[in-house]
Amino acid sequence: MFFKTIIMQSGNRRQLNNGHVSVADIVMTYGKPNAAVQALQGINFEVKPGELFGIIGPDGAGKTSLFRILTTLLLPTGGRAEVGGFDVVKDYQAIRNSVGYMPGRFSLYPDLTVAENLAFFATIFNTSISENYDLIKDIYLQIEPFRNRRAGQLSGGMKQKLALSCALIHRPSVLFLDEPTTGVDAVSRREFWEMLRRLKAQGITILVSTPYMDEAGLCERVALLQNGRMLGIDTPAGITASFGKLLLAVRNENMLPLLKLLKSFEEVEEAYPFGEYHHVVLKQGSEKDLRARLKAAGMEAEVITAVPGIEDCFMDLMKN
Amino acid sequence: MKQFLAFVRKEFYHIFRDRRTLFILLGMPVVQIILFGFALTNEVKNSKIAILDMAKDETAHTLIDQLNASRYFDIVEYLQSYDEVETAFRTGKVRMAVVLPAGFGRDLEHLHQAQVQLLADASDPNVANTLTNYAGSIVRDFQDGLLKGQQLPYRINAEVRMLYNPQLKGAYSFVPGVMAMVLMLVCTLMTAITIVREKEMGTMEIMLVSPLKPMLIIVAKAVPYLLLSAINISSILLLSVFVLDVPINGSLLLLVGESLLFTLTCLAFGLLISASTSSQQTAMFISLTGMFLPTVMLSGFMFPIENMPLPLQVISHAVPARWFYQIVRNVMIKGTGLETIWKETLILLGMMLLLTTLAVKKFKIRLA
Amino acid sequence: MEMEKVIEVKQLSKRFGNFTAVDAITFDVYKGEIFGFLGANGAGKTTAMRMLSGLSVPSSGEAKVAGFDVYRQTELIKRHIGYMSQRFSLYEDLTVRENIRFYAGIYGMSDAFIRDKTASLLQQLHMEAEAGKLVKSLPLGWKQKLAFSVAIFHEPQIVFLDEPTGGVDPVTRREFWNLIYEAAASGITVFVTTHYMDEAEYCSRVSIMVDGRMDALGTPAELKKQFDAASMDEVFLRLARKAVRTAD
Repeated sequence: MFFKTIIMQSGNRRQLNNGHVSVADIVMTYGKPNAAVQALQGINFEVKPGELFGIIGPDGAGKTSLFRILTTLLLPTGGRAEVGGFDVVKDYQAIRNSVGYMPGRFSLYPDLTVAENLAFFATIFNTSISENYDLIKDIYLQIEPFRNRRAGQLSGGMKQKLALSCALIHRPSVLFLDEPTTGVDAVSRREFWEMLRRLKAQGITILVSTPYMDEAGLCERVALLQNGRMLGIDTPAGITASFGKLLLAVRNENMLPLLKLLKSFEEVEEAYPFGEYHHVVLKQGSEKDLRARLKAAGMEAEVITAVPGIEDCFMDLMKN
Repeated sequence: MKQFLAFVRKEFYHIFRDRRTLFILLGMPVVQIILFGFALTNEVKNSKIAILDMAKDETAHTLIDQLNASRYFDIVEYLQSYDEVETAFRTGKVRMAVVLPAGFGRDLEHLHQAQVQLLADASDPNVANTLTNYAGSIVRDFQDGLLKGQQLPYRINAEVRMLYNPQLKGAYSFVPGVMAMVLMLVCTLMTAITIVREKEMGTMEIMLVSPLKPMLIIVAKAVPYLLLSAINISSILLLSVFVLDVPINGSLLLLVGESLLFTLTCLAFGLLISASTSSQQTAMFISLTGMFLPTVMLSGFMFPIENMPLPLQVISHAVPARWFYQIVRNVMIKGTGLETIWKETLILLGMMLLLTTLAVKKFKIRLA
Repeated sequence: MEMEKVIEVKQLSKRFGNFTAVDAITFDVYKGEIFGFLGANGAGKTTAMRMLSGLSVPSSGEAKVAGFDVYRQTELIKRHIGYMSQRFSLYEDLTVRENIRFYAGIYGMSDAFIRDKTASLLQQLHMEAEAGKLVKSLPLGWKQKLAFSVAIFHEPQIVFLDEPTGGVDPVTRREFWNLIYEAAASGITVFVTTHYMDEAEYCSRVSIMVDGRMDALGTPAELKKQFDAASMDEVFLRLARKAVRTAD
């Protein structure tokens, strides 16, 4: 009887579950009251159906706690959250039937082969590989040649593709990816984001977390998370547009003395290395003023106006 | 049902792909039975003893002949003085010395009382104990022979009869013990690790975020080990009957049924441990100290429960192996039926149900 | 002026069966340099680093680290290098002071030296108040900075850093690089791997491994010119996309 109901639900899933995610005043506290750690301190956001939503923040920001609450693995200390119209506490069983989840570390069976892992996950979600093959085809074809290899012997990028296939096999309406690109090289990271964009086109809501600021631009909207607090939430363009200060990029042959000099100027609010340049935020004055100031100090340097990135914004928001 | 079968199949993959563990699981009962049967047996056969005969009379000779005639003893040395006794022990040539003091026959005849001294090498207390017991009973037999036909007002009869195992064959007591131990190891230890391993690997997170019910996960985890245990039960019984000549006197069906009941109890305990711990190390440690040691120490298999201090006797009631050990002894060796072991069976059944309920209750549907 | 070489590598290779993990790499690293060691997952970085730190015997080729031979003098190499990785660095259930004491003890430093150096190190990191706290109670950024300081506590000639800034917030990441600069300025050679391409720009010289070979070596400016790229990210992608193999 139990299995029958599940199958019926999976048939009606699209209507029941629209892929909308809402988070209201979520608080998560660990440990005893006297030595509690506040992992999440009142988080609010909404994710629209079919959106590719990024949660950007360093380790310890609370990304994993948030994902575990949304996937019903943890009970929040306070606040409410809904996934696809279901409450994460009361209706956990309904959510478990219809979301896909890829935890932060590799969580498949290393002693099972690629094909066995996929078949196992298909079965426990009451579906079969053939039923939803069209969804995972793109990704699975890349690991198909290794279908008889044990999952533990795959390379990092391959493991990641297999894990994504397993998370998608039951055609979830919402997909949660907790730091899928951590520790993965730049090339594999790009490929992974391309896969996500194709999945989005299929109408799946995707929540993805990452510590890499440069990946924020690949999401439709992002939430910046730091120490359990939301620093900002907007489209990547909206966030960078709100920087609101003049950002300059400075460089010359001797970057370290240059940085020390820049930091010593009182009109400089912030100066930090940024790739081949140092980024400088000015309290007052213009590009021209800084150039003159450097010249007066006997330091030749190229000074140009820079377009702030997510990382600049994140660092600026962190100060407040 | 498909989910369940897929889960069981996955568990079998885990077991079969870990060749070394599988080998240990199936090889262990064989090794243990053989080890206990041939090497670690406390049965004594042809033990080398020395005789110091200072009486040198006819009565003494008769006693010595009887000792020598027994298949337990082998007289390898006749000593001349006390000094030589110690040398004989030191060199390890003998394990016991029998000293017949001067005037042994005369004392017995006139005073109706004489002394025999049994000196045993107690560096192995078990063996020493067994040897002196055997020798003591031979001496008593001898005394009974002498007394025959004479009527005395008081006669102290210190008879020790060995019931069911008159030859004191070690195998009779350790087959049920080894069965309890092996089932305990396979079921409790292995299942204790199995759920925790998924927690450690992170796969439990995905299992939880799936439509699987906790009950299904728990039962599917237990099934493969139940089958492994069935194999182990058969190999132990086959080895006992055909290699160690221990007969199955009672009903085989009853014996197998009771063994499966005990297996289920152990499985439930393992799953309870697994559900309530978070690392394989802790799980292993708890099952070893919480299950394996009590099984060996408190089941009555190694040490008789009647000889334990009261607190330990009380604790031993909570050890499933104690009841199983009694059941197997009754069914296998005494050959009795359910009517003598229904109480033990009910206790095991109760333990099994309690542990299963606890394991399901303890299984968290969320993390931490 | 001839710069002092602290690492000399000639045609160094490592083969596992018929798989060549590291394929005849040749390069030198100079004293006080920050040497960026980049490559995609599976390009052979870890294997190469293991050989240079004396943990793995090369199949062929030559290499000297801190003047010691990687075949015969691995114990001496270990004594003269420091190592820090993202995965393993400090004991979480020991306090800050106990961790320092433990690592210094491994290298056989004198008690007086340890005492003085610990005090100055805690001051430098602004962690005097945390000296008695368990490492697990510290924020990740602090742990990483502490781990680095511990790795160079015994004043090694070279320190190997394996993805030291993974997952760290952008401000702490820059503070961490500040420590790297200071160490380099004091004469310690820094050998670092990273997945952040902007960090490649902070290195004195960068090498990029592809399929076990070293396909690029030079200052960030030279490499960008050579590959006609605007950023190191582009240089890296251009090279790594050529990669054939994907195994770790």
